[in-house]
Amino acid sequence: MRTYILKILRGTSQHQYWEEFELPFHPDANVISSLMEIQKNPINKLGKKTTPVVWEQGCLEEVCGSCSMLINGKPRQACTALIKDYTCHGSGTLTLAPFTKFPLIRDLQVDRSRLFEVLKKVHAWIFARGSYDNKEFGLKVSPELQESLYPLSTCMTCGCCSESCPQVSEKSKFIGPAAISQVRLFNSNPAGRLEKPIRLRAILDHEGISACGNAQNCVRVCPKKIPLTESIPLIAREATKQALKDFFGLPE
Amino acid sequence: MAKKEVVVIGGGLAGLAAAMRLCEKDCHVKLVSLTPARRSHSVCAQGGINVAINLANEDDSPIIHAYETIKGGDFLANQPPVLEMCMAGPAILRMMDHFGCLFNRTPDGSIDFRRFGGSLYSRTAFCGASTGQQLLYALDEQVRRFEAEGKVEKFEHHEFLRLVLDSEGRARGIVMHDLYDLQLHVLKADAVVIATGGLGLIYKKSTNSTFCTGAANGRLYMQGMKYANGEFIQIHPTAIPGIDKMRLISESVRGEGGRIWVVGDSSKQIQFPDGSMHACGQTGEPWYFLEEMYPTFGNLVPRDIGAREVLRICEKGLGVDGQMQVYLDVTHLTSEKLHKVESVLEIYQKFTGDDPRKKPMKIFPAIHYTMGGGWVDWPSSDDPNRLGRFRQMTNIPGCFNVGESDYQYHGANRLGANALLSCIFGGLVTGVEVPRYIDGLKKHVLNFPSNVFDEPLAEEMHLQKELLNRNGTENIYCLHDELADAMVQHVSVKRDNENLRKTINQIKEIRERYERVCLDDHSTNLNQTYVFAHQFRAMLEISLIIAKGALLRDEFRGSHYKPEFSKRDDEHWLKTTIASFDSSQDEPVISYEDVDLRHLDPTTRDYSSAKKMKPTLKNIPTNIEPSI
Repeated sequence: MRTYILKILRGTSQHQYWEEFELPFHPDANVISSLMEIQKNPINKLGKKTTPVVWEQGCLEEVCGSCSMLINGKPRQACTALIKDYTCHGSGTLTLAPFTKFPLIRDLQVDRSRLFEVLKKVHAWIFARGSYDNKEFGLKVSPELQESLYPLSTCMTCGCCSESCPQVSEKSKFIGPAAISQVRLFNSNPAGRLEKPIRLRAILDHEGISACGNAQNCVRVCPKKIPLTESIPLIAREATKQALKDFFGLPE
Repeated sequence: MAKKEVVVIGGGLAGLAAAMRLCEKDCHVKLVSLTPARRSHSVCAQGGINVAINLANEDDSPIIHAYETIKGGDFLANQPPVLEMCMAGPAILRMMDHFGCLFNRTPDGSIDFRRFGGSLYSRTAFCGASTGQQLLYALDEQVRRFEAEGKVEKFEHHEFLRLVLDSEGRARGIVMHDLYDLQLHVLKADAVVIATGGLGLIYKKSTNSTFCTGAANGRLYMQGMKYANGEFIQIHPTAIPGIDKMRLISESVRGEGGRIWVVGDSSKQIQFPDGSMHACGQTGEPWYFLEEMYPTFGNLVPRDIGAREVLRICEKGLGVDGQMQVYLDVTHLTSEKLHKVESVLEIYQKFTGDDPRKKPMKIFPAIHYTMGGGWVDWPSSDDPNRLGRFRQMTNIPGCFNVGESDYQYHGANRLGANALLSCIFGGLVTGVEVPRYIDGLKKHVLNFPSNVFDEPLAEEMHLQKELLNRNGTENIYCLHDELADAMVQHVSVKRDNENLRKTINQIKEIRERYERVCLDDHSTNLNQTYVFAHQFRAMLEISLIIAKGALLRDEFRGSHYKPEFSKRDDEHWLKTTIASFDSSQDEPVISYEDVDLRHLDPTTRDYSSAKKMKPTLKNIPTNIEPSI
């Protein structure tokens, strides 16, 4: 019987260890279904009974952003990681590890709440007047503009970009590529243009735009192919302009 | 005066809509969610949101929308909430537009609409093929804004376990645990809003996210909440089968022109909806069976019909490669049309390796949506006792239920793109009714003695200790597989009484074996095995509700199809199923309630020859309050 090995970095902060599992190959298996298999019979490769592996998951359709982890060292979603793509070439071993830039909870699950916190910092919302009937629609949006903004709006806050970014660490406070891309999204949306300066000012400090080191890793790992490295310099220029305007007291 | 304290459980569209409204009404909201709100299952909704605003100039109206929804639900839905939901649609769309939601646009910059199943009108606004994601993000952003202002406190990675009830039986808060460390906490509240979504995980492999277990409703049911129309579970005709889940291929693919077919075989005969017999296409040629059987609706028949026909074709041995699968073909569509559903096509390609632009997709029906749910009240605006009752409130005073976890709006079958509308609408309504309920309370929760909260907390502590240390022989995930297999086989598209009886007995047997589980993890640090085992107890009760409701209902209505009783039977079964928990019984106690049919008399639900028509609804109240 054809098998493959899942080598998983498990445990809690300061107490991490590798554990291997040998599983029968199934052509439709992905990383999630393999972890589910282990739950039913948690025996490791040495034949020792162990605990089921802990990981975060949600939609399994790559739209919720839950199941981020390092697979063979690369940040990605586990649901779309098909076992056959990894085992048909190479060693027949897949390594799974938790993200390293976020506090570890247990096994493959980390606490990514920081990704949501920075959305508050950059005011990643429309300053709407509330849930009442406006009677009229908002400003018209051309199909071309919708086309250009929609990809930005598919960001699922999975954290792959931050994980891959050399400037992000548990110590540095860099808000990360996704949040900057959100600034572009809301500043370009006709419904959000008036509050442009508020968002730009929010990223002018050392935690913001200036912390980007232009390594371009983010755009390579983004599962949704969001043009992050296009947004960052664009927003950097806008932020600089805003800073100058503010400094000289120029009108908007 | 102290602020009104409200706990909202669930951070999907319904929970967020309620939370937003409650903040505006000066409530202090505690939002409890298993997952960050932005990852809630609403993100998975792909196709769109139905709003009869007639921007496509087809003479559409909310009345027609209500008519099609009532008919699509095979006349089982109470009609007043359906009508009011459809009437509120346009205002909801305008609101979402003002929140910056990125709907697809027509060349003149207006919102674009597409056609969806069970309708003859282009009524579905959409954002590519990830409309649920875009609507959810827009509401999540508004709620985050309130969070930044201190009006919402979020408890993500926390799970609802039980209601705290006062001596009058009113909801006064909840007990929850923190998934990270299993610590138990009490949240005090003047009212509790349940918005916990569907229960696909009872079937294990469904289109639902893995946290959609239905456990919250199961727990509430065991505390006395009535559960309605449990037997109505929607099967979506088009999904990609997988070993971890069934992945949805949106109805919008057909809305944009996708066609379902198999290779024909003229030596086989099949009965059409009008009773006539026909050959199964021409041998060796594509046979577009839905288009032939239902000339008006074609590939856009309601989901229950689509799923049954796909199954019937496969059972005839006509499935692709002799397997249980049919083609969903988009290879003929223009690149412009393909672009509108690109995210779905990409997912298909990621999981199967095949490019759907070049090769027809292979799909099969999958468990998709829970029409049933917590029973909730709906006083219509011209009911004499309207102000003494509360819309969306369960039979437990102070406990509201909304979104997929309630039972209103969709009857025996939900029309595509009506779910997003019902979730937002229900949430907004709840946000109005909850403060009105609290205004009528004599006592504020913060003035309650602490012993009201101590007892339920102690009970949960006891339960936790007992379950963590249970030391039997059964594996909880293997029990889940057994339950799911039985439910998929006997309580899905096609049902028969003998197997339903067997399934009920099997669920009870699993419930006995559940007492003998051994958790492979005894720790309190993010112990997912324990969390699931706790949920599983409640899932078993809901499974019994579904199976027993199905066993008793001897007719064919919407998603509930029983070949032994092949006709809708209004004389005996035009009624809502209500399941109540009785700890002295080993099965749910089932009773029935009349359906509110005040606007439209039931007619035959025909999709084979239906045409566009101007329906008239009667008794429309003149004083419907705008819900938004």
